[in-house]
Amino acid sequence: MKKKQTPSQTVGPFFAYGLTPEQYDYDLTSIAVPEVGGQDVEGERIRIEGQVFDGEGAPIGDAMIEIWQADAAGRYAHSADGRGSNANFTGFGRVGTGTDPQQRFFFETIRPGAVGNGQAPHVNVVVFMRGMLSHAYTRIYFPENAKAHASDPVLSSVPAERRETLIAQLDESGAIRVYRFDIHMQGPQETVFFDV
Amino acid sequence: MSENRAFKSRDWDSHPAYLSSEYKSTRLRSPTKPLVPLVQSLSEITGPVFGQESVGPLDDDLTKNGVTGGEPLGERIIVAGRVLDEDGRPVPDALVEVWQANSAGRYIHAVDQHDAPLDPNFFGGGRCATDAEGRYFFKTIKPGAYPWGNHHNAWRPNHIHFSLFGPSFATRLVTQMYFPGDPLLDLDPIFLATPTAARSRLVADFSLDVTEPGFALGYVFDIVLRGRNETPMET
Ligand SMILES: [Fe+2]
Repeated sequence: MKKKQTPSQTVGPFFAYGLTPEQYDYDLTSIAVPEVGGQDVEGERIRIEGQVFDGEGAPIGDAMIEIWQADAAGRYAHSADGRGSNANFTGFGRVGTGTDPQQRFFFETIRPGAVGNGQAPHVNVVVFMRGMLSHAYTRIYFPENAKAHASDPVLSSVPAERRETLIAQLDESGAIRVYRFDIHMQGPQETVFFDV
Repeated sequence: MSENRAFKSRDWDSHPAYLSSEYKSTRLRSPTKPLVPLVQSLSEITGPVFGQESVGPLDDDLTKNGVTGGEPLGERIIVAGRVLDEDGRPVPDALVEVWQANSAGRYIHAVDQHDAPLDPNFFGGGRCATDAEGRYFFKTIKPGAYPWGNHHNAWRPNHIHFSLFGPSFATRLVTQMYFPGDPLLDLDPIFLATPTAARSRLVADFSLDVTEPGFALGYVFDIVLRGRNETPMET
């Protein structure tokens, strides 16, 4: 029996105590946190951080970002990936932009490996916020992989002048590598969002 | 179960457009360029796996999980339903997260400044996972309506926020459940941003079967996530 999809609605301004309770200090355990890589997970530790900007360039303090990524060997912790994942690595992180004074989001994770299919290493991203009625998909690619990017089928499907919006910027000034990835909802640097 | 078929696309005749001018916050927060089509790969057809083990014992009972010494105030309700895909197949082990205002229309969230009382015995957040038949079940308190700043005298209809993970990152869904007969629905820019033919799917049905005698009214809210394509994914 055919059914029609349930419509999406906005996450609204008050999601934090339900969806990101530990980060915002509410009394409920979180099912996912910004720290994706556990203590004994193999791989290079990295931090991904950024801001979400509205059409006037103001940072958005009530967005929620989720990431889903492969482990260091490019395997997803999911049964559809027959290779099986590093057991300690879930690959999923969630963070709200409302606890940082600059409305930054951040993830402590590991660098994903290439998942195959000709794709360069990437992190899958979903963006939710008040004022967004349907969530938006995007991807984070890493600047060191310019060569692999040239043959990545997803990047290749993006108009050349917009590909830069999907590539994080490396900041090597600290102890671990920090990748800066800003999300622009509108404007000349508008981030590429995908019809996944 | 290993399953490598891609998912049907998001049905844009069912989902609200990003820009919906009557809902003012969308104006500066909606992408202006068309979405770029993406051929699904493992990156999209896999996703985080949550099951019953992600859910604590009181997580599905909002009448109890915020109690600090008494019962929460308001009308107890039961919300039950099934999570299905577009082919009508149950989606087992789907994580269902909910959050809502209390019976006075006030969220526990620190940013909510509505001048209505907090309830010391009501938290308003919870979660559960669907069983093998895709069924889920919550006990809660009927949320109150609350004002918001979108336009003069704007009030959100009674609603419960829902967040769902199906089998993949592609089946992610955040939505809201509304109550039948609410006069505010026809005035709410968020509900009305939904394509007309799809709106009724956001409104729960009252059910005497789900109603528990002497305890709580029952509502049924079925949720349909994206189904799979007929043919396996190309790899
Ligand atoms: Fe709400």
